Amino acid sequence: MVNHDAMPMPSSVADPAGSAAIDVANLTKLYKTTRAVDDVSFRIARGSITGLLGGNGAGKTTTIAMIMGLVLPTSGRIQVLGHPMPEQSADVLGRMNFESPYVDMPMRLTVRQNLTIFGRLYAVPNLAARIEQLAADLDLKEFLDRANGKLSAGQKTRVALAKALINQPELLLLDEPTASLDPDTADWVRQHLQDYRKSHDATILLASHNMLEVERLCDRVIIMKRGRIEDDDSPDLIMARYNRATLEEVFLDVARGRARAGSP
Amino acid sequence: MSEMAAHHRISAHRIHAMVLRYWYLLMSSWPRLLELIYWPALQIITWGFLQNYLSQTSGFFAQAGGSLIGAVILWDILFRGQLGFSISFLEEMWARNLGNLMMSPLKPIEFLISLMLMSLIRLAIGVIPMALLALFFFNFNFFAIGLPLIAFFCNLIFTSWSIGIFVSGLVLRNGLGAESIVWTLMFGLMPLACVYYPVSVLPPWLQYFAWLLPPTYVFEGMRSLLIDRVFRADLMAWSLAMNAVLFIASFAGFLALLRSAKRHGSLLGGGE
Repeated sequence: MVNHDAMPMPSSVADPAGSAAIDVANLTKLYKTTRAVDDVSFRIARGSITGLLGGNGAGKTTTIAMIMGLVLPTSGRIQVLGHPMPEQSADVLGRMNFESPYVDMPMRLTVRQNLTIFGRLYAVPNLAARIEQLAADLDLKEFLDRANGKLSAGQKTRVALAKALINQPELLLLDEPTASLDPDTADWVRQHLQDYRKSHDATILLASHNMLEVERLCDRVIIMKRGRIEDDDSPDLIMARYNRATLEEVFLDVARGRARAGSP
Repeated sequence: MSEMAAHHRISAHRIHAMVLRYWYLLMSSWPRLLELIYWPALQIITWGFLQNYLSQTSGFFAQAGGSLIGAVILWDILFRGQLGFSISFLEEMWARNLGNLMMSPLKPIEFLISLMLMSLIRLAIGVIPMALLALFFFNFNFFAIGLPLIAFFCNLIFTSWSIGIFVSGLVLRNGLGAESIVWTLMFGLMPLACVYYPVSVLPPWLQYFAWLLPPTYVFEGMRSLLIDRVFRADLMAWSLAMNAVLFIASFAGFLALLRSAKRHGSLLGGGE
């Protein structure tokens, strides 16, 4: 187990106090007697891409949901873009956005209608132009006026990504952004996320089961197991620590309780 | 201070966005539109013929001048008002879109206001044809009730919204397993709200409970107007006062249920 109070942040991801995009301290979520998240603390630097890794039931989705304010923590503290959540969520929600395969866009509405509604909810200026720009960036033009329900899984994911980017968020929370996508579409989504981070200096926190995705995208990886943080560092350093060539092997080590290299 | 005001400011822009969302949905689906008109039309035709029959066989109903049809239309305002509110809310559950909304800057009060506006729009689509059918088939001019109609309507719609708000909270908290409450709760009020008969018909002890419901005053007021030709402003004032209490309690209940849903993680699933 990693002691985050004692462990210095990796240099690439260290951030001075007050500048973190997300600052989570001693976060715990209890469902009756189940500890879904157990005393988790981390800070995410602005402009970084961080992956939350872990098996089913590790607490990734619950952690992200608490950061978004969809789930109330049992104890602990969350600050997003400098504002305590959920108390000051109204000050923050317009500056962030999210995408998850477990949340859909209304199926009967066309892509344009959906983006218009979310654009209005986020008070996006020059909305029509923004939708056109997103349609060009995400290759949505040919089905902008098609009902969302009539799109393929890959097309729907691109629409969901367009919704997540409509307000040009400073902070993007993604829950398994490439789940159930073919490799080509998944690769395309990853490239787009990288481009977006670079062009907007955005912060991205993503939960994923896809180790290659995390290796390719993330500056930093937080590995969770049974609600606790098992490890937290850059992908290279974590792989080195476990003496493994891929994050997938590290993941299996963690899931099966094998000790990392150098552990007693 | 101004920061706090901004924090609590209600945005017409976001309310408009939500109304637009439901309007797009309604316009994209003819079965949804048809459903709004079909049941009210069926109701008025059935009860209208019953009223005609009773008028021919009973002197009282001949004199009562459409009190039965009036009750049917007012009941439909109450029932359809709640349904219009709740179905728009359920559309978000069915579409699994609630997470997107809850994560957006949309505030709960803005969401509820948009649902109220949609209930008015859906009600207009259903009740206006119903009133026209009553006029042409049964010679009952619902709009001839005049100004009292505004008092009846406002009180009934407030009750329907209060019930709609509370039931939406229950569905938020308990998922779609609680959906059946949306369709049935209002019918639970029907016997005590005395839609088709006067309160005096109830046993004395039950009358106390009947007078606790805001719609009871409206239906009693309607009968007073159509049978005795007297507008009872006192009944409307009582109904309004009770509606105010009910509305505040429902809103508080909704917020408590939303908080409970967030505590229990219900917003993540939204399923059964």
